[in-house]
Amino acid sequence: MAAVSTRNIVKKFGELAAVNGISLDVPNGEFMVLLGPSGCGKTTFLRIICGLEQQTSGDLLIGGDIVNDVPPRARGVAMMFQSYGLYPHFSVRHNIAFPLRTQRVPGAEINKKVAWAAQLLGIDHLLDRRPRQLSGGERQRVALARALVREPTALLLDEPLSNLDAKLRAFARQEIKQFQQRVGVTTIYVTHDQVEAMGMGDRIAVIDHGQVRQVGTPSEIYDNPADRFVAAFVGAPPMNIVARNGGYLGFRPENFLPKDMIKDAAFTEFKFRVDRSEYLGSERIVYGALEGFDPKQVITAKLPPAHVADEWIRPGEWHLFAVRNSALRHFDDDGKRRSRL
Amino acid sequence: MVAIADSVPKPTARFRFILDRRDVFGSLMVAPAILYVLLLVGVPLLMAVYYSLSAYTIYNPSWRFVGLSNFIDIVNNPVFRQTLYNTFIFTFGSQILGLVLGKFGALLLLRPFPGRKLVRALIILPWAVPIALATVAWEWMFDSLYSVINWTLIALGIVTRSNAPNWLGTPHLAMLCVIVVNAWRFFPFAIVIFLAGITAIPQDVLDAATIDGAGFWRRNYQIIMPMILPIVAVGLIFGFVFTFTDLSIVFLMTMGGPVGATSVLGFAGFQTGINSGDVSHGAAISLFMLPVLLVVVVAMLRFIRRREI
Repeated sequence: MAAVSTRNIVKKFGELAAVNGISLDVPNGEFMVLLGPSGCGKTTFLRIICGLEQQTSGDLLIGGDIVNDVPPRARGVAMMFQSYGLYPHFSVRHNIAFPLRTQRVPGAEINKKVAWAAQLLGIDHLLDRRPRQLSGGERQRVALARALVREPTALLLDEPLSNLDAKLRAFARQEIKQFQQRVGVTTIYVTHDQVEAMGMGDRIAVIDHGQVRQVGTPSEIYDNPADRFVAAFVGAPPMNIVARNGGYLGFRPENFLPKDMIKDAAFTEFKFRVDRSEYLGSERIVYGALEGFDPKQVITAKLPPAHVADEWIRPGEWHLFAVRNSALRHFDDDGKRRSRL
Repeated sequence: MVAIADSVPKPTARFRFILDRRDVFGSLMVAPAILYVLLLVGVPLLMAVYYSLSAYTIYNPSWRFVGLSNFIDIVNNPVFRQTLYNTFIFTFGSQILGLVLGKFGALLLLRPFPGRKLVRALIILPWAVPIALATVAWEWMFDSLYSVINWTLIALGIVTRSNAPNWLGTPHLAMLCVIVVNAWRFFPFAIVIFLAGITAIPQDVLDAATIDGAGFWRRNYQIIMPMILPIVAVGLIFGFVFTFTDLSIVFLMTMGGPVGATSVLGFAGFQTGINSGDVSHGAAISLFMLPVLLVVVVAMLRFIRRREI
């Protein structure tokens, strides 16, 4: 059964449709990531699920019931905010206990649950501190504990890692994912960071302009993007997309290889003019243009390990590059993926 | 080695860059403020201290030192004790009323509605209108014959012409009137303080409280109020000090009457020291405010420090 499902949710602010008909099913226990550029409506959609915003039209089901008119507190969802939204004047203990107090849970029960949540996240020793005495990572755990203490039907996370520094972020990513697997709570995670989406999501919903462009596992999204938007949004550097024969041809930079490296399969050949080369230690990225295509369009190639260190590909030179035909993706002129040619 | 005569270093004029020195320039900039405080606050305060310890009156301007006898005189005077009591009632009454009005006003002004900006600007008026004008207007509203309040009450059939309240002529009602007028003057300030505090609360915290199941009242009294308490306390210190030392509303509206029911320290000090010419006792009455305010302000500042989050 789907823990959370939406039927054609629309949210308009005046004339602007922030959410433009999203239908999504999130099964029990799934880690669903909503991925999209900023302003695409993903946060608004999340706020509709938890009840902070009311949708203009469409139905929202949580645990199988339509909850369009149910107030936030009765929806049984918990949310963790970008800046955590901890109550600065309460101790950690009181912060975690707050959702239980509002439901008038008996005191002994509250103590038991707070202890359970604190132990689950390893913050037992912080219970008597105030939020300002905690580090970023600790605050995040407190916020998670507060969200989980009432055992919600679904846990909603709104860009929870964006306030952490890069090092801590990688660690927190793994921690949240492991934690979610252990507890098994249905999770909807909003982010604009594709690394988070790819690394954490059981499935990813790519959102743009208030609409879902594609829902699928990380590898489906990456290998078989449904349209040009998804293809260009996911992947760093993004997929190269060039116009050809009234449609578009896409190939990922790591599949765009010097021709002599491809021997075992059918391939398509390109003449590549190298303009710039970036050495990043573990990889080398080369920028240039293709002969016979728009000369202004920048094409990127991620060179294989064997070619990272030596500089036989230099700016100003022309080289023969190729892509295996199995790695080519074809799109129609309206941007939709064309069934395989 | 060929010795080339070193060019003699030319000393820069010693005072040429004197204004670039932080200590010099800083002192220069602060000097007017320090002078102002010393001359217009420090000197009068010292004079008041001396007057209060002397037998100085305008009829007998002697500087004879009499110790604390002026203070003993006024404390033994039941009229002064009544005045001290009145001052506390006046101060606390108008602060509490002003805060309640301010909280309500702030909550109303937080919600978007057409014309909100205009209302926000107009709400400042009681604070901006000259106190004398405002008080005269209020005096007419409380007038025994021409009170629009009474006219309204009579028209609504709540009171009759014969038993209509004499607002400024009845001791308790007169106190209520000065409290209302002062609260009316104070509440725009309270609104500004509350608005500043509430808008400074991160939206995430309020959203989190909503999702955690807090309704309107719980959000207000368990989240918003505790979070803005330090700001409100600062506003309250100002309000308290200004009200405790205020004499204008009483002076303009009731002259401390009826029978001293609305007399406050500032007014009594002015009446005794200036109008009656008993400068030494007037100074003693005024100085009585100092320890009271000191205790209150120190206590509130300590409270704010402790609550700092």
